[in-house]
Amino acid sequence: MTDAPLVIAGKSFTSRFLLGTGKFKNKKDLSDSITACGSEIVTVALRRIDLERHEENILGFIPPHVTLLTNTSGARNAQEAVRIARLAKASGYGHWVKIEVINDSKYLLPDNHETIKATEILSAEGFVVLPYISPDLYAARALVKAGAATVMPLGSFIGSNQGLKTKELIQVLINEIDLPIVVDAGIGAPSQAAEAMEMGADAVLANTAIATAQNPPLLAHAFALAVKAGRLAYLSGLPLQRSIAKASSPLTGFLYDDIPAN
Amino acid sequence: MNIIINGKSQQLTSAKKLSDIVSSFCKQSKHVITELNGTIVPSDQWAQTNLQDGDTLELVTFVGGG
Repeated sequence: MTDAPLVIAGKSFTSRFLLGTGKFKNKKDLSDSITACGSEIVTVALRRIDLERHEENILGFIPPHVTLLTNTSGARNAQEAVRIARLAKASGYGHWVKIEVINDSKYLLPDNHETIKATEILSAEGFVVLPYISPDLYAARALVKAGAATVMPLGSFIGSNQGLKTKELIQVLINEIDLPIVVDAGIGAPSQAAEAMEMGADAVLANTAIATAQNPPLLAHAFALAVKAGRLAYLSGLPLQRSIAKASSPLTGFLYDDIPAN
Repeated sequence: MNIIINGKSQQLTSAKKLSDIVSSFCKQSKHVITELNGTIVPSDQWAQTNLQDGDTLELVTFVGGG
């Protein structure tokens, strides 16, 4: 069957898998991984140029048809996120922004309150805003009001590969929020990405798992397949889990119907 | 003249335009974004922007990130 495209801010995407570009050992692995998973949206960050040593710019390794999503990593409050987003936009590449406001170095949990403030400001300035949050219904509703293009709830701590620890809370957002839900952070294996899609998430973003795999392009491909499989399962009307068994073979016409069991 | 570039103090021998600074400090100017004293300066204004003693300049670009 043909699936409807993922639509974010009026733009259609065939792929429902977003790739983060951090932590790759080399640019070839990154470029091969983008090709292998077919992502049409990839995240990048903005940093001070290292004046001491020359590094090849990452943009040279991202195909031109791919939408760049600049994150505001490093921002500790709304104002800092706004500043980073404006700098990215000034480059001519980045009016799609993933708001990431973090003020905690141990758990790297996003500050939902500051994220909402930044979303409000940047949406009003014409940015396409994809805010990264701890899954919370009220924060998500505030983001809808603030003009967000998606909501990106975390599955578990960034880079932890723990999967969908926040599953029930993400399900609430999928059920209640009328924007694409992109599950981000903590997705450490294709099975976890498939699980998010089976629940009805609209897309999944992964980075650390792929970038730190022994063969990043191979895992990127596996993630893309898992996201597709999970999506098809969701569209199929996946039956609910049960707490007890239900036979899959008929319960009549047994050969031993006339012999009482011991 | 002394200016702060990316948090570090730099001695410049003569008055310089922003376009000169970008080409002398960055190997490739294509994806460079500049912020002078907190204000973004678009690349088409680099040649007309003169730096003053005590200025704070940020030279940033895109890197890998999740």
